[in-house]
Amino acid sequence: MGKTFQKPEALSDTITHYCPGCTHGVAHRLVAEVIDELGIRRRTVGIAPVGCAVLMYNYFTFDFQEAAHGRAPAMATGIKRVRPDLVVFTYQGDGDLASIGMSEIVHAANRGEKFTVIFINNAVYGMTGGQMAPTTLPDQRTTTSPFGRKISDTGMPVKMSELLAALQTPAYITRQTLLSPKYINRAKKAIKQAFSYQIENKCFSFVELVSTCPTNWGMTPLNAIKWAEEKMLSYFPLGVFKTPEEKERSTNL
Amino acid sequence: MGKVLMKGNEAIGEAAIRAGCLNYFAYPITPQSEVAEYLARRLPEEGGVFLQGESEVAVSYMIFGAAACGERVFTTSSSPGISLMSEGISYITAAQCPAVFVNIMRGGPGLGGILPSQADYNQSVKGGGHGDYKLLVLAPASVQEAVQMMMEAFALAEKYRNPVMILGDGLIGQMMEPVEFPEALKVKPTNKDQWATNGMDTRKSKQRNLVKTLYLDPEELNSHNLKLKAKYEQMEREEVRHEAYNVDGDFELLIVSYGTMSRVCCTAIDNLKAEGLEVGMIRPQTLFPFPKAAIYNAAAKPSCRVVLCVEMCMGQMIEDVERSVSGQRPVHWYGKCGGEVPTPEEVMEEVKKRRG
Amino acid sequence: MAFEHLVDKDRCKGCGLCVHVCPKNVLEISNEVNTKGYFPAYQARPEDCIFCALCCTMCPDVAITISEIEAAAAKK
Repeated sequence: MGKTFQKPEALSDTITHYCPGCTHGVAHRLVAEVIDELGIRRRTVGIAPVGCAVLMYNYFTFDFQEAAHGRAPAMATGIKRVRPDLVVFTYQGDGDLASIGMSEIVHAANRGEKFTVIFINNAVYGMTGGQMAPTTLPDQRTTTSPFGRKISDTGMPVKMSELLAALQTPAYITRQTLLSPKYINRAKKAIKQAFSYQIENKCFSFVELVSTCPTNWGMTPLNAIKWAEEKMLSYFPLGVFKTPEEKERSTNL
Repeated sequence: MGKVLMKGNEAIGEAAIRAGCLNYFAYPITPQSEVAEYLARRLPEEGGVFLQGESEVAVSYMIFGAAACGERVFTTSSSPGISLMSEGISYITAAQCPAVFVNIMRGGPGLGGILPSQADYNQSVKGGGHGDYKLLVLAPASVQEAVQMMMEAFALAEKYRNPVMILGDGLIGQMMEPVEFPEALKVKPTNKDQWATNGMDTRKSKQRNLVKTLYLDPEELNSHNLKLKAKYEQMEREEVRHEAYNVDGDFELLIVSYGTMSRVCCTAIDNLKAEGLEVGMIRPQTLFPFPKAAIYNAAAKPSCRVVLCVEMCMGQMIEDVERSVSGQRPVHWYGKCGGEVPTPEEVMEEVKKRRG
Repeated sequence: MAFEHLVDKDRCKGCGLCVHVCPKNVLEISNEVNTKGYFPAYQARPEDCIFCALCCTMCPDVAITISEIEAAAAKK
């Protein structure tokens, strides 16, 4: 009984700047493990966002580009169109992808650009100090919603997986989470599936990861996990929302 | 091939292909949408990449991603679209990636008009985006010159690892002129494996490449900026271009004008010469680097009493003309910015008014 | 086959998530600070470790590794 566990080759030795208990570290490791297992490190280009993960290129050992805030899907489109043989992924947070970058992600998904997106949903803007995100839950307190998010004022949290799954173009869209080893293992399978679709040149692939932000939620890492389990999963249900094999949806209006 | 009668926008598209650039991302905007329409049909013939992006913002980053992989890539737009691309341009220069941007200028500010202007001089030369950066700005005055400059632009961009901008106007874009394409350029190998994110396998390297623009350490950011500055200084030493018109004789007034406006000025100068009034002109062909020395020297001519900057805007290049003239002569502005091009007669009248 | 479980105490940020997921209650947070100012996790009861790697899976910092070693070395 027992198994070995080592740092993947695609991950560098650099200790991350992420807060204790931040699930970015887990997400990074899963992406690196998948890249190693698929043997694609030497033809992969990652695109870093603006957010806590702005320095993520320091933690990986393959080609990386740093995008402007929200623009990673446009950069990925540029790379993938001129070098379709490269494996390209973006890694984006709530502000980057669902706020300033909303147009870029929707259009890239709609065009069916064949790159992979890892979307870190932690219901808050981490790097800039805990402001409200499009994914912030109703009544959740953040530094720019100090009395709790009011639906009547700023609407409901955006469900990115569902939104993108509503587009007609075939894609792989899934929401997973990193809140326990069981979930982490499922998330890894989903990430591997996403990259596999890209390697097969099949479709756009999107893996949303419900994550924690202990520091900006004002909680310990463990309490953050519990809060996410209790509050976020009911609003952001896990599952596969779309696969490219699905028959085309009806366009009857 | 001989000369072909072509619309400027289409000739610009064709020139890019002849220069070995087969990747184009763009967004429609008057008066340059014909470039995209032409390339949408032409690029597939060459096995190239054509994509209409969802906005100029997105397009500028598609350009960045592709350029950062070391591939030749370009886009075209017009004034408001270039404003949207300005953030991307700042990033691309910071990341030192080669790319070509074409601005077919229209009236501004705001939605402005769809007719020609020269109101983006400051945007192009002084930086439309944030931070210390410069674009190598080429200003064609004819469709043929636009073709010539397009074909050179990619190699220049690669030489400096910097974006190059072709600053045209709605006239250049829309009018049809006979144009000859030089021999298709052989694309020389560049040093892209040293910096481009084209995949470690492609480079057969153990080293990964990183294209970034963030330098949190102040000393690093300062060094980076000094490095960029050195490039711009090299451009100033090596890439200045201008054309002089009627400067051999004793001209009383010196016109400085670029692009299609300069052609109207040529006609005005010819007409004035027939009336016995000598006027010279310096036509900048590069707006950055600016032909400061040529203008200084022309203004220094003893016969020259005044300098007139003629531009289709409310006065942007005039500041660089004043700097170049260095106080030797008074510098005046003449122009229009609604989309009407000043006529030779209007220029002549202004010259007579200013010659003192 | 034998295994060695190692916590790199200077990579560890003391988040405590590994302590929470360990099915055998092997791990605890140390009260000796590391070079970064964190109180890292450590194996308080290493003999109970079953090398299931749940702690490794949960750790955001790849602070815990499990390696194969010679059975003789494990007994030491």
